[in-house]
Amino acid sequence: MSAHILQIANLTAGYQPGLPIIRDVSMHVSKGEMVTIIGPNGAGKSTLIKAVAGLLNVEDGRVELSGSDITRISTHKMADAALAYVPQTDNIFASLTVDENLKLGAQALPKATARERVEEAYEKFPDLRKFSRRKAGVLSGGQRQMLAVGRALLTHPEIVMLDEPSAGLSPKMVDDVFAQLVALVKSGVAILMVEQNAKAAMRISDRTYVLAEGRNRLDGASDALLEDPQVTQIYLGRAGRKQ
Amino acid sequence: MVGIALYIVFFLTVVSIYAIIVMGLNLQWGYTGLFNAGVVGFFAIGAYGTAILSGPDNVRLIGGFELPYFIGVIGGILIAAAAGLIVALATLKLREEYLAIATFGISISIQLVALNFASLTGGANGLVGLPRPFYQFFTEPSVYSVFFLCLVLVFAAVVYVALERAVRSPWGRVLRAIREDVTAARSLGKNPTMIRLQSFVLGSAIMGLAGGLYVGFIGFVSPIDFLPILTFQIWAMLIVGGSGNNRGAVLGCLIVWGLWTASGYVISNLVPPGFQSRAGALQAMLIGSVIVLTLLFRPRGLIGEEDVISTHAGASATPALQADAAEKG
Amino acid sequence: MPQALADGLLTGAIYALGAIGLTLTMGILRFANFAHAEMMTWGAYMALGVLTVFSLPSAPLGPLTFGWPLIGATVIAILLTIGLALLIDKLIFARLRGRVNHLTLVFASFGVALLVRNLISLIFGGEATYYTNTLQMAIRIAPGLRVMPDQVFIFCLSIVLVIAIHLFLQKTRLGLAMRAVSESPTLAEINGISLSRVVKWVWIIGGALAAIAGVLYGVSVQLRPEFGFQLLLPLFAAAIIGGVGNVVGAVLGGFFIGIVESMSVLVIPAGYKLAMPFIVMLLVLYVRPTGLFSGTSGGK
Repeated sequence: MSAHILQIANLTAGYQPGLPIIRDVSMHVSKGEMVTIIGPNGAGKSTLIKAVAGLLNVEDGRVELSGSDITRISTHKMADAALAYVPQTDNIFASLTVDENLKLGAQALPKATARERVEEAYEKFPDLRKFSRRKAGVLSGGQRQMLAVGRALLTHPEIVMLDEPSAGLSPKMVDDVFAQLVALVKSGVAILMVEQNAKAAMRISDRTYVLAEGRNRLDGASDALLEDPQVTQIYLGRAGRKQ
Repeated sequence: MVGIALYIVFFLTVVSIYAIIVMGLNLQWGYTGLFNAGVVGFFAIGAYGTAILSGPDNVRLIGGFELPYFIGVIGGILIAAAAGLIVALATLKLREEYLAIATFGISISIQLVALNFASLTGGANGLVGLPRPFYQFFTEPSVYSVFFLCLVLVFAAVVYVALERAVRSPWGRVLRAIREDVTAARSLGKNPTMIRLQSFVLGSAIMGLAGGLYVGFIGFVSPIDFLPILTFQIWAMLIVGGSGNNRGAVLGCLIVWGLWTASGYVISNLVPPGFQSRAGALQAMLIGSVIVLTLLFRPRGLIGEEDVISTHAGASATPALQADAAEKG
Repeated sequence: MPQALADGLLTGAIYALGAIGLTLTMGILRFANFAHAEMMTWGAYMALGVLTVFSLPSAPLGPLTFGWPLIGATVIAILLTIGLALLIDKLIFARLRGRVNHLTLVFASFGVALLVRNLISLIFGGEATYYTNTLQMAIRIAPGLRVMPDQVFIFCLSIVLVIAIHLFLQKTRLGLAMRAVSESPTLAEINGISLSRVVKWVWIIGGALAAIAGVLYGVSVQLRPEFGFQLLLPLFAAAIIGGVGNVVGAVLGGFFIGIVESMSVLVIPAGYKLAMPFIVMLLVLYVRPTGLFSGTSGGK
């Protein structure tokens, strides 16, 4: 039995057949672990997460969740497979109320369970309860992020994938959101997140993968990589040689 | 023999006029990606415009300005272009299907005007006794038919060459870049709405030209020449040949009109009179099937677009641009 | 004047039912379905077919011109219309969805409309027919205002159906899923919503409403294979001025178009009545492209 919750092996994927954005990427996430993916713009970080979520065209490689193959799973079945995904922007339904957003995320569950889980989300994020009858479009950036994360947790996933949870947030909000994520990991949920805000993300995560030009470049314990000059070089290197 | 020869002349004249419409539609759809669901409306506007401006004076009619035929045609073209401008201005910035719906609306409205505005359009009887260009120089009607075919062919050739040059010009490249990806084109500093507007209006004008030529060909106009089925036929012609390719447009025209004429011949000669209207339904289903089956199984048509397979999905504008470069080489 | 208003409300009720299905397809499936109105024609003729095949009597109920036989035939017609909608989706639209630009779907629906319309002509012939030959006397309900019992029935049934659809969309899980897909299909999938299931239900609801609207049109006017084609423009106009994807908007749009159409006859020659939806739609697109009754999603 594999100790890893998520195992990505030699994944090659892209938006159009024959035009892969990521090539031969491998990584893994263990139970209750927080893992960050960083890399320069265009490294394929978001592409990797979308490919795992079943939104893109996977050409080669394999994705396993707790040992079972989910490589080409339909996106809507991810929730049943204990995997949740929070996209970067537009990750809530602005035209639906906060309550409807949560109910929607819990649709895969039996009605009674769904009600309990929505209640749980309100307890975890009391701000959301205040706005439960309002359209989610009126929420602030931080509240939106909480709604998106709250929604992802409804199905009690073992791992949550987040695409740049700090994007567009004020520094204060970033701290709040990251604190929530740390609490989440403590409660036993594993996290795989892509972050542009590399240093801050590495400080709270256990391990980090560095991607560049669609391939694995470095990986290791976050605190070690924080000191590693190669990371800076990868960021600068790409700027020096345009694709 | 002469009968058959004259029939072929007649057939080719119709095909050439329709080929001009198809080329106009090709500019709108094939090169720009704009869906015109009211082709027949623009064709009718050109025809009625020409007829009203150049027709004989008649006390019961508003029109009948007795202008020279070609001035009438130019007038018809301008009115068709103006109609294109009105729907395009209302819809081009909105969801893409709005243009389809608005063009559909204009063709229905034109039909109503043609039928009901009798003092302008002659109503159900139409307008008759319209001038045919250079008719006075001919004594033999059959010779005139051949002459008129040549005249239409000249116009078709001019439209063909002009469009070929236009789509290969920088303007044409921008057009295709926009079709593939509006955002990318905008980032190149091009105003997509303006260029799509130009393309749509130009296409409408070409359809108006075909309408003017049609008037010169038959010498009268009436609402039954502009039934909605014509829009479907023109579309079938375009995609059978392959949109985004003017040679394909002309080829599709020959094939579809040939099929239509042949099936019409079979029906009128072999089907008992009582069943002819139902057989007519079969003929229309043939056109519908051609459209649907081509879209499903041969979306690029018989010839297809000259450059790269157009995905229209638009990850980036570069494939179209690269293809253009390849085409030059 | 009151008579024109009453006539407009009646026509509007039928437009409203047709426009609901159209706005759902435009909002959720994201294409303008030119074949939608043919579903109405199909439904109307299927009911006629059932009545003819089983040679059912008209058996009028009270003051109405029709009775249980037509109601039963309508139920079967609804099933046959849903069947046709699902079949067309499976054979044609599903294969084109996501493959190319979505206008190809519009194009395909254009071809499908021609096919269905002429299939009906082929089976039933092109002449105008009626469900029954029973003549109905209009009842005078106020000075200068006469309505037929059928019209009252049609109006009430439309209102009931519209309310039912609204409650369905607001209160049920499936309705919520539909509204979510209408805003963002990808995000809905990430939320665990099966798109293919939602698509199927859009066709089921749209097809059922189209069949009912078609039968009601047949009851109040007459049956002709082209009637759907002629309804297409008012339906599109209703959906657009109501704000695409907005069911309540489509209903209000349907009534609005119906009333404008019948009031217009007081000012302009009746022959131009059918152009009114287009003119209203064009004006709305110039002035307020998101529709008159916005607060909607699924637009751009």
